[in-house]
Amino acid sequence: MSDLEQFRAETRAWLAENCPEEMRDGDITAENQCWGGRQWEFQSDAQKRWFEAALAKGYTVPTWPKEYGGAGLSADEAKILTEERDRINARKPLSNFGISMLGPALLAFGTHEQKLMHLGAIARGEIRWCQGYSEPGAGSDLASLKTKCEDKGDHWLINGQKIWTSNADISDWIFCLVRTDFDAPKHKGITFILIDMATEGISVKPIILISGHSPFCETFFDDVKVPKAYGDDNLSVVGEVNRGWDVAKNLLVHERGMLGTMSPLRGATGPENLGGYAAGEIGVDATGRLDDPSLRQKIAQAEIDDWAYNLTVERLNDEANAGNGLGAKSSMLKYTASELTKKGSQLRMDIAGTDAATIGPDGIEYGSLANTWLYNRAYSILGGTTEVQLNIISKRVLELPSA
Amino acid sequence: MSLILTEEQEMLQDAANGFLTENAPVTAFREIRDSKNPDGFCRDLWKEMADMGWAGIIVNEEFGGSEFGYVGAGVLAEQMGRNLTASPFFSTSVLGATAVQRYGTDKQKEQHLGSICDGSTLFALAVDEGPRHRPEHIEFAATPHGNGYKLSGTKTFVADGHVANKLIIAARTSGEANDPSGITLFLVDADAEEIERAHTPMIDSRNAANIKVDGLEVTGDDILGEVDGGYEALEGILSAGRAVLGAEMSGSSQQAFAITTDYLKEREQFGQKIGSFQGLQHRAAHLATEIEMTKSAVLKSLQLLDDDFESASATCSMAKAKSGMTAQLSTQEAIQMHGGIGVTDEYDVGLYFKRVHVAQQMFGDAGFHADRLAKRSGY
Repeated sequence: MSDLEQFRAETRAWLAENCPEEMRDGDITAENQCWGGRQWEFQSDAQKRWFEAALAKGYTVPTWPKEYGGAGLSADEAKILTEERDRINARKPLSNFGISMLGPALLAFGTHEQKLMHLGAIARGEIRWCQGYSEPGAGSDLASLKTKCEDKGDHWLINGQKIWTSNADISDWIFCLVRTDFDAPKHKGITFILIDMATEGISVKPIILISGHSPFCETFFDDVKVPKAYGDDNLSVVGEVNRGWDVAKNLLVHERGMLGTMSPLRGATGPENLGGYAAGEIGVDATGRLDDPSLRQKIAQAEIDDWAYNLTVERLNDEANAGNGLGAKSSMLKYTASELTKKGSQLRMDIAGTDAATIGPDGIEYGSLANTWLYNRAYSILGGTTEVQLNIISKRVLELPSA
Repeated sequence: MSLILTEEQEMLQDAANGFLTENAPVTAFREIRDSKNPDGFCRDLWKEMADMGWAGIIVNEEFGGSEFGYVGAGVLAEQMGRNLTASPFFSTSVLGATAVQRYGTDKQKEQHLGSICDGSTLFALAVDEGPRHRPEHIEFAATPHGNGYKLSGTKTFVADGHVANKLIIAARTSGEANDPSGITLFLVDADAEEIERAHTPMIDSRNAANIKVDGLEVTGDDILGEVDGGYEALEGILSAGRAVLGAEMSGSSQQAFAITTDYLKEREQFGQKIGSFQGLQHRAAHLATEIEMTKSAVLKSLQLLDDDFESASATCSMAKAKSGMTAQLSTQEAIQMHGGIGVTDEYDVGLYFKRVHVAQQMFGDAGFHADRLAKRSGY
């Protein structure tokens, strides 16, 4: 038996013993996933047991080095772990922005001390991170951000405002882009800084979206003092001062990769077969087919696009593993996934007709279909709009001239 | 299995790219068209392709083929799509070879596969009987006669039907016109005197024929596959054809787009390169994305034909639909983004536009396949 076969056998046995039955529903949504953080309370005993078992093994962040709380798995081993987890339909024991976004950036750009301070806390689910990028005046043109960060000797002084900070109201720390040089060209005066949300001067206000609620907040910084050193080292700034854009770009690729691999047309909670769902809702004609030929075509075309998208995720991953990096093609995945996500919920709304357009008795909460449909409009805006993705493809993949 | 080409398949791709850009580029296609070459392809070139093992690309080695499977056939078709190479490859080496190798008797395989591989026998598949693809709708009659049958009826848009030595004809041996059961495939000599072939040049400058058969006597030896159960074989042959047409259209999409992006980088208006205009950039980026999606769809369908042929039908439909939509968009945009010169005969983009239209119509366009998939999925 090869080492990898051995590893697979061990992993399978470990999962069988340690993953509780209730965690084998494969159902990871924002509502039921384990986020961690200072305010975190487990939703069930099974969720807690599963988290603790994974933590003990380093499997909350399997590929991270052992000294930072991971299991130090190789890419091949990590793939086997994912395959074996998927095979029994197990949820991820812990998932959040610390794992998917900040962690990879710290591993690439952080100092050993920064990694020691933050990665372990992420791995142990102790700290929940949010992202402070966009500002009211800096959306698609992110590099024009103005939140001011001044060097005050032993600390940084921060004033300004961030917007679209997902879950800022329940997060513990924020990784933030701030302006440290107002005279330099806009990409060259930005610094990537880590801030404890409990620091004096930070206030948070949730934003209500067209769906009636949302994870998004506005985050205000009013004379916020960020200590330069925790001990002897400057642990606050990741990478060099004024070179934060490099870190941010690296991180955006992780974000796009993450958004790009969701199942788009049906969504996490949608029906397995959109056409079957439509036939159930609308009824069938004399030949037993969905009694709406135009919808039939629209659904089938969308299913074909969805299928081709999923295969493209697979193919580009295979190409990346074979040594041809994904690069700016991740923008193609982000673009297609967000457009398909919107299309899927639009189709479900069209299928359900006025039933789904009716406001519930409390006047605020829409039905879950409408809720998803409204929230999904944000997919082609957040993480870089569809138009920004198309700009990136034009410039970086097609190398078309700039204006 | 990975959704990428193996090293061997990549070598085939490089070889095909090198050979075709050298020996069968678009200028060669123009020459065939402008000289009104009655064959619609170059016989010397076809001989060379056969010598390289392309004619027998899917044929197993025991019958003299190069056994590269459908991925191999798709790799070649993609490069032919890029270069608009006209040849009997599709009708003979994909449709004919699939029909004989998968559904033929040992005797039929012995008899025909060798001459497919060496390029000496050309095949054509006669399915449709009207201007739209409707493979279940078969009225072409095979009536019992002595120990065999007598064939009578008409077939339209038989690609390469004017040059073929052998015809595979879908005929009705029982049942009603739209009944999938009761169809039988016959493999007959194309030059029998009961067969009348009317050469029908197409807008893509390829050739097809309308075929009229009047009382051709055939025996049990001429049947390919099962009596009355020919639809299953037909489905298999069409699936292979759809996936390979998908590969060809994918190649045409890529090349039409490459020509267009080159033009966007070079053409100036209002004092700047037109490729700097966001109105064009976003359309180009969308198209580039669709081309990536199409490549994955096509490769998956070809791999599935090699891995599990019987289960590939729906996947081949999806690949045909996706590649058809993308190819249509790619060639339409190619013309539009070239502006005035895009609608001239001198520029190649119009040739891609015309070829893609015919390839879309062949064996079902995107709407046909979407509807077919809906039906299979119970809506």
